[in-house]
Amino acid sequence: MIKFTNVFKAFPKGGLALKDVSFHIAKGEFAFLTGHSGAGKSTVLKLVYAEERPTSGAVRVSGFTVAEMRRKDIPMLRRRLGIVFQDFRLLEDRTAEENVAFALEVTGARRSTTPARVMRVLTQVGLAAKAKAYPRELSGGEQQRVAIARALVNEPTVLLADEPTGDLDERATRGVFQLLRDINASGTAVVMATHDLDLVRQAPYRVIELQEGALVYDSAVDEPRGRAVTP
Amino acid sequence: MNLVIREALLAFRRAPLLSSLSVTTIAFSLFVVGLFGLVAVNLQRALREVAERVEIVAYLLPGTPIETITLAEKDIEAFPEVQAATYVSEDSALARARAELVEFRDVLQELERNPLPASVEVKLKPGYRDVQHVNQVAERLQGFGFVDDVRFGRDWVEHLDRLRQIAAAVGLVVGAAFAVVAIIIIGTTIRMAVLQRSREIAIMRLVGATDGFIRRPFLLQGAIKGMLGGLAAIGLSYGAYALINRWLIHAAFFSSEQAVAIVGFGMLIGFFGSAASVGRHLRRV
Repeated sequence: MIKFTNVFKAFPKGGLALKDVSFHIAKGEFAFLTGHSGAGKSTVLKLVYAEERPTSGAVRVSGFTVAEMRRKDIPMLRRRLGIVFQDFRLLEDRTAEENVAFALEVTGARRSTTPARVMRVLTQVGLAAKAKAYPRELSGGEQQRVAIARALVNEPTVLLADEPTGDLDERATRGVFQLLRDINASGTAVVMATHDLDLVRQAPYRVIELQEGALVYDSAVDEPRGRAVTP
Repeated sequence: MNLVIREALLAFRRAPLLSSLSVTTIAFSLFVVGLFGLVAVNLQRALREVAERVEIVAYLLPGTPIETITLAEKDIEAFPEVQAATYVSEDSALARARAELVEFRDVLQELERNPLPASVEVKLKPGYRDVQHVNQVAERLQGFGFVDDVRFGRDWVEHLDRLRQIAAAVGLVVGAAFAVVAIIIIGTTIRMAVLQRSREIAIMRLVGATDGFIRRPFLLQGAIKGMLGGLAAIGLSYGAYALINRWLIHAAFFSSEQAVAIVGFGMLIGFFGSAASVGRHLRRV
């Protein structure tokens, strides 16, 4: 599904954002990507959605090889992914349902089915009642749910979430995290970058930890944390 | 396609200030081009009027039979450059002189013998009223046996030629400069519209929009802005024309083809300006 093989990524101005990172995330898996800010979590995700290309090594995402992709193939890759950010990235001048419908429209989906599909995902994230609300009328947690609905509407095989709870209070964080777990339970792989270790401990999911661009721990490969922890 | 139109029109509603600013900028840029165009159009018209007076007169030897002249007239009219050839007999030349040269009326009245020769006056078609063609026709007229002398005001035609060349050169250079300035200003305005929506573009790309999908509404929007700006420019030019016509000189306005060309120019700048701006933006992100 997502496979990194000896991936290096250099910063444009020198230095390495990623150093020899290798891992494989299977279909339907839930994986945390942890580490301090600047550890390379976002870079990993950017490589997955082909915003960046690896300097060396191979990144494969659902059949695409990121380094070799032509520019016009990138949208095709992104349609198979759902992407969620800390800052939601909603269009302020469109309602919740218009924001979600937008993601369908850009892919050229049949318009007759759009309203039903939009309503279905908004219901799934628990926001059906606020379909007509603009982002500024919604709380942070609600905005993130709209963003998640937008990410889900194209029925992605992987949901990428870059610090999705970073701007949310505790209650909203729990709600959004539970939503991501539900999404994963229905078969979508979820890769969630976070530095919220409480959240990570709450669930029995795989943990991939980065430190200064290097993969220092992968719970799928390494010893459980109790014995081999870096101080 | 429906979606493209909707997105293009939405942009006007969502950013009314910036949109009207773009249209206004385009309108005034094209207005300047239009004003210059008006000057050029009127200058050209004036030159055309002057050029209409370009005429070659072939004076005939006395005693040339009228049949020969009538035949020759036909021949001359068959020249590709010639619009009309008119025979002026000795008598009508005198009558005309009497009517036109009032100061010499007495002298002309007392003449015992008509001193004026008969002639054929040759008018050239538009486009042939320059030194080169006038010379060619004059030479050919000289070839007729019964032609005594050919006159056409060489200096004057040469001056006219110079004037035309200068007008064309100035028109081309100044017109091109104005057009380039208009393109730059309009391009900058469109660039602002693109930058204003860069966040939206980034989101579109994230959810898997192709470059073409992102570009199309901008192109349509650019063309619409250009068209509106062009129409406004025609309106402004007409206002300026009406004022000049009323208070200064009697001038000509654009033909409908020229007006359409200005609006079309606006649309093209809008379209290609948008294409360049969005293209550059997309390549960088």
